[in-house]
Amino acid sequence: MRFERREHRSLALVIATPVLAILCALALAGLLIAIAGAPVMEAYWRILVGAFGSRLSATETLTRASPLILTGLAAAVAFRARLWNIGAEGQFYLGAIAVAAASSHLFGSLPSPLQIPLLLVVGAAAGIVLLLVPLWLRLRFSVDEVVTTLLLNFVAVLFVSMLIDGPLKDPMGFGWPQSQPVADAAVLPKLFARSRLHIGLMIALVLAVAVHLVQSRTVFGMQSRAAGLNPAGAVFAGVPLGRTLVTVACISGGLAGLAGAIEVMGVQGYVTTDLSPGYGYSGIVVAMLANLHPLGVVLAALFTAVMFVGADGMSRSMGIPSYIADVTVALALISMLTGVFFTQYRIRR
Amino acid sequence: MNAVIDIFASAGLWAAVLRIATPLILGTLGALLCERSGVLNLGIEGIMTFGAMIGWLTVYNGADLWTGILVAGLSGGIFGLLHAGLTVTLGLSQHVSGLGVTLFASSFSYYVFRLLVPVAGTPPTIEPFQPIDVPVLSSLPFLGPALFTQTPPTYAAILLALALGYILFRTPLGLAIRMTGENPHAAEAQGINPMAIRFGSVVVGSALMGIGGAFLTLSAFNSFFPTMVQGRGWICIALVVFASWRPGRALVGALLFALFDGFQLRLQARLSGVVPYQIFLMIPYLMSIAALALMARRARVPQALMQPYRRGER
Repeated sequence: MRFERREHRSLALVIATPVLAILCALALAGLLIAIAGAPVMEAYWRILVGAFGSRLSATETLTRASPLILTGLAAAVAFRARLWNIGAEGQFYLGAIAVAAASSHLFGSLPSPLQIPLLLVVGAAAGIVLLLVPLWLRLRFSVDEVVTTLLLNFVAVLFVSMLIDGPLKDPMGFGWPQSQPVADAAVLPKLFARSRLHIGLMIALVLAVAVHLVQSRTVFGMQSRAAGLNPAGAVFAGVPLGRTLVTVACISGGLAGLAGAIEVMGVQGYVTTDLSPGYGYSGIVVAMLANLHPLGVVLAALFTAVMFVGADGMSRSMGIPSYIADVTVALALISMLTGVFFTQYRIRR
Repeated sequence: MNAVIDIFASAGLWAAVLRIATPLILGTLGALLCERSGVLNLGIEGIMTFGAMIGWLTVYNGADLWTGILVAGLSGGIFGLLHAGLTVTLGLSQHVSGLGVTLFASSFSYYVFRLLVPVAGTPPTIEPFQPIDVPVLSSLPFLGPALFTQTPPTYAAILLALALGYILFRTPLGLAIRMTGENPHAAEAQGINPMAIRFGSVVVGSALMGIGGAFLTLSAFNSFFPTMVQGRGWICIALVVFASWRPGRALVGALLFALFDGFQLRLQARLSGVVPYQIFLMIPYLMSIAALALMARRARVPQALMQPYRRGER
């Protein structure tokens, strides 16, 4: 089998690829559901009902999608410049704990309009710090950042665990390791009454558009893309590679830290070590499904959130382990990879 | 200070070192073989998880322990086929494909486990590998209980490291693998099929990763629980760099690493209450990062690592 490059890619093909990839993943996951002995179509129907069947479940799906948009953007921005930031999970936790600490010890008495923006900045800064360490190791010692960002995820969760077991432990937590809650003034306003959906969704959507504009309209956007496509060529063309990567890392780590910040300020109110059901790792899939496009990230995050929220409901009623959602999302990533390849190459006979 | 000496003087520490090192040795050898042929395999964390799960499940359903090991190896090889298909045949990004394999393999492990093993208060267990005493040597004072009373897979892993070193540096096959990792075009000019070499190396390497995972459930512990691999796969990737892509050094690196790990576990027990236990748990990950920073520049990376090979395309 040999492949040749396609001369040009039609827009229809580019749009069809993620749709086909998701259908393909759903078909494969359907096989696994069938093997488990459950009716496949009913299972998918239950997933849809679980994700959109009521006002409560629909807002829950959007609540889930909000941090996924941010971690997805974090991965997309970095991957585009070929900065392999796999550490969004750790950056998420560091952002969350920084917000909890800052709210309960520093800014707790400030009014909401001041405190909320301050805390969002603190959360983003914490995420940035955690990504600058591996970036420094890459630029200074040429250490591959994939492994270092990954290993730092474990370190970050342990660090959070240490803080919520020690200096930041909630004295009112009945001995459970959880952080002190954020101040009342730090809680993100809800979008609708009687739901958990908060303005974090709006923040995420605005940032998706902003990232898109930065990437398509600015010199920095062009430079970060050049750094990803061909680093040596970019340097030759006068792109300041180090500086570009530092900026990319600040955006990427900042978005992941922000995801942790809005989750703790919008949903839970305090930090535990299970604050994230793997938002950082799912963000990688979201970014790939979107083919690294910031606006595509919003749709991909929605798909992922539907799978996770819907599978919970389906799992309870049909006895299929809810891990099927993770499996489907991972399969979508693999199908998408293959799909993108065939938009770029065709099989030569 | 006395505490430190006490810990190092106990045979228990040294016996634990070999036990802790075994999955790391197997995983590192697997990753090393893949990388020597030019393919980075970040699927390792997921493949180890799946190996741990499927090996345990096989034995839980009545097969003997070696069959469990075999099944874990085969399933690792199948994930290797997937990774090789994506990275060698299609030439996709090895980073992203490996992460995809990890995400898929680990979530698939949890799914299969939850489906087939009902939720219970205490996880179901199996009868794991028992330590076997090496005749004569195991009766040596101190050294005997420390080094010669391990379970069979530990001895096998050490022999495997030596065997892989021999194959890579003393046989034509090893030369072909190394050449493919350095310069596949030159390899092809010598009549070697770089695609076949890469495919084979990734499949066999992934099988070793699967077996490394199975050691956790079939020898070190006797049950499976999600997240039990706990980043060991990523540590193996770091150990490959630390070992400069040499099996002998991989063995030494894994043992050194396990020594620190075994030591901190014992120190932790003595300092409980004084120092937060999380500090100790961070050490392995921080050590891997330090090892990478120390060795990354000095090590000689296989030159064609992460470069897809397409015939006639440069």
